[in-house]
Amino acid sequence: FLLGLRHRGRLAALAIAVVVIAVGVPLWWKTTETYRAWLPVTQINQLAQLQLQLSVEVEVVFSRGTLTAEHQKKIDPTHTRLEEHPVDETTVLSYRYETRYRTATIMEEDALNQPTAAETDESLHLLSESPCGSVVIYVVPESTTLLPEGVSVYVGQRRTALLRAGRPMRVGVGLKEVLAHLETQVQQVLKVMSFSHSDITAALSDRVRLDYSSREGLADSMRAFKSSPGYEITFSLLNPDPKSHHLHWDIEAAVQSYIQPLLSKLAPVADFSLDSQILYYAVLGVNPRFDPSLNAYTLNADSLSHVINPVEARLGSSAASSNPVLNFLLYVPDARHSPLYITDHRKYTVVSNAFSSPRWGGIMVYNVNGTELPVHINIDMTRVMGVFLAQLRLMLGVQSSTPPPGFLVGPCGPAGLADWELDRLLWSRSVENVATATTTITSLAQLLDQIGNIVINDNIAEQVSAAVASLQLAVGQLEAGNLGLALQYSKEAILHSERAFFDPSLLHLLYFPDDQKFAIYIPLFLPMCVPILLSLLKMAAEARQRRRERQDKKE
Amino acid sequence: MLQAKAGQFFSSGHTNNWAVLVCTSRFWFNYRHVANTLSVYRSVKRLGIPDSHIVLMLADDMACNHRNPKPATVFSHKNMELNVYGDDVEVDYRGYEVTVENFLRVLTGRLPPSTPRSKRLLSDDHSNILIYLTGHGGNGFLKFQDSEEISNVELADAFEQMWTKRRYNELLFIIDTCQGASMYERFYSPNLMALASSQVGEDSLSHQPDLAIGVHLMDRYTFYLLEFLEDIHPASTANMNDLFKVCPKSQCVSTPGHRTDLFLRDPGNVLITDFFGSVRKVEITMETINLTAPMVKVTSHIKCYREELTVLSSRTKG
Repeated sequence: FLLGLRHRGRLAALAIAVVVIAVGVPLWWKTTETYRAWLPVTQINQLAQLQLQLSVEVEVVFSRGTLTAEHQKKIDPTHTRLEEHPVDETTVLSYRYETRYRTATIMEEDALNQPTAAETDESLHLLSESPCGSVVIYVVPESTTLLPEGVSVYVGQRRTALLRAGRPMRVGVGLKEVLAHLETQVQQVLKVMSFSHSDITAALSDRVRLDYSSREGLADSMRAFKSSPGYEITFSLLNPDPKSHHLHWDIEAAVQSYIQPLLSKLAPVADFSLDSQILYYAVLGVNPRFDPSLNAYTLNADSLSHVINPVEARLGSSAASSNPVLNFLLYVPDARHSPLYITDHRKYTVVSNAFSSPRWGGIMVYNVNGTELPVHINIDMTRVMGVFLAQLRLMLGVQSSTPPPGFLVGPCGPAGLADWELDRLLWSRSVENVATATTTITSLAQLLDQIGNIVINDNIAEQVSAAVASLQLAVGQLEAGNLGLALQYSKEAILHSERAFFDPSLLHLLYFPDDQKFAIYIPLFLPMCVPILLSLLKMAAEARQRRRERQDKKE
Repeated sequence: MLQAKAGQFFSSGHTNNWAVLVCTSRFWFNYRHVANTLSVYRSVKRLGIPDSHIVLMLADDMACNHRNPKPATVFSHKNMELNVYGDDVEVDYRGYEVTVENFLRVLTGRLPPSTPRSKRLLSDDHSNILIYLTGHGGNGFLKFQDSEEISNVELADAFEQMWTKRRYNELLFIIDTCQGASMYERFYSPNLMALASSQVGEDSLSHQPDLAIGVHLMDRYTFYLLEFLEDIHPASTANMNDLFKVCPKSQCVSTPGHRTDLFLRDPGNVLITDFFGSVRKVEITMETINLTAPMVKVTSHIKCYREELTVLSSRTKG
């Protein structure tokens, strides 16, 4: 009877041990693991190696008198040039310029016979519209009167440029020299109208920690806002002295006439929301000094830095979105401090009477003069918007670097933005978006790998896959030369990657150091495991003893 | 002239400033922690950082606590010399909203989409951020609300996540708790500078009690920090080496510590106003656009509305 009891005891201990090991341990493992949806890790690792190829379509049109008949017959209609620039170990940039050569049609010749370059530009545009990202260069004879003396290139409002043929275009020179000379000139034009290597590397600043060789490069990069899906623009009129000045500004009409065309043209780049306000009794935080030589009050450039902060507290912004805000302030000085001029470091007054702060906005001082108080003023919005538009262009990244010598840049057109300036912006924005999205995705993958107890939900995996797909499409479109589509895909990639990275569910569970983990598990599992372990040991000891008895019995 | 302006850009590389100020203790006897945070808030606002760029988290309300004999005030000095509560305090996270989770969410940016702008840290790659924590802490952790804690490893990981997403240019971390130096031991991201009020194994002590209010008003380290900051104005050229000298052992009883090995610039070149103030970079606008098109007439809804109003008012008059 006792033997049966012990036997049952042994069976019980064994059964419990089996259940604990076979069922309990896997159950505990399964229930304490974090849910991690599958991520396309190999594709993400491939993205870490970024190889961007930018393709530009260039069309070179020879007008009458620039190319001899012999050369016209021998010339190769297409020509591709590939430039490779490795940036660092993980990034390689290559530029492909596909050039097509042709002679001008009769209608184009008529257009080129206009008296001035601006009119030529206008009539050429009426003939054909170049697609986004391409450049058309018209080579005009050296003796042409379209370009003034000393100017070799005229850059128009759209995507065309007029290039004065150089000396080698005369008869007697071989085709190779002609084309070689032309090539250098075309390269210069493309650096201005499309992109230069420094522009593209500046756009990659998220990926590549750049060593700014020029201080101006650093200032440029800090001035413009980073690529964002939307921006908020606020126009504010500051009236510190409402008793003396009754101000009226027709902001709606001004915005509609001058700002809205620019923003509509920039619609592929980002969404813009506009609002305006009038602030009364808002003062600048700095006291201007009276300058007897000018008989006016002046604000020196050094004190301008302290002007913005006291005002900013009163500006306010829409609480709903997290988009960057651009503030444009129009300040009308109070009667006691009128007129007020801004002076630069050399103590000269500034013509625009305005200044800007990088990634914040601009402030313009508008002087009113009136002998009889209160003065009723209708603010001249054309002058004001001229300044604000220039500042807005800078803030949004439309670079206004000085063109190389011999270049004449035409006026920017009704929208305040030339087509080729838009193309430049699109190139740098697409590259910036692609670089930012790849960095986000690769660092997200790295992060999730490093921190083991972050839960990865299905929607995050979806966003990541969508981001990877959009990135591949964007890179492909850049290679094919479709700038508009490339920007669109890069924007989608940014959207998905940001949503994935900043998803609220990606907060890792509390960090438990090892001693805390033991402190939690030991009181739960030790009391249960100790009897099982002891009885297993006892069974093992008994079995060994029985085997020894049996061996003894045999002998 | 562009060179001179670019020279100004060159020195620090930041275009905007942010501050995240957190008080993690609740209950009336932890009055001093709220006073600590509010005094740093006050200095930072005075030196120019606007409320829209400050995330202020206070775990309890001392000014309107029913045990406060002087309601709507929080004093930093006995004899009630300085009311750090002031006239315009904007608290972004109050009371029970101050949790480890919310703090980490603010730092990493992983907030729900419905969070308003004032509760977010919208910094970018050119932002300098000041982070100030105060409360009760221990070796490797900081206690939140007397019920949970944040460890130094989590904090270091949060900063690393900020770095990978380029959410800061440079970051200054100040902590005033017991054994505060343990909280910055585990940092590994670049461009971090840290100050603590005491070393591992030491306690940070409070300054002086006020007999009328009945509690200790401030901690020693922050008291002397406030005294130091009161002398700083927006154009001041004091640098970080001066900040490291604040509150020596003779005044603080504990030994304040600092960590600069992860910081790229030399602390002697870093101005106090790079983190505590908000000195804007400014450029004169040299170019303007000549607009020639006349303004379009906009049929404004407002005009119609005004007409309606005049019609209504004329009716009521008669």
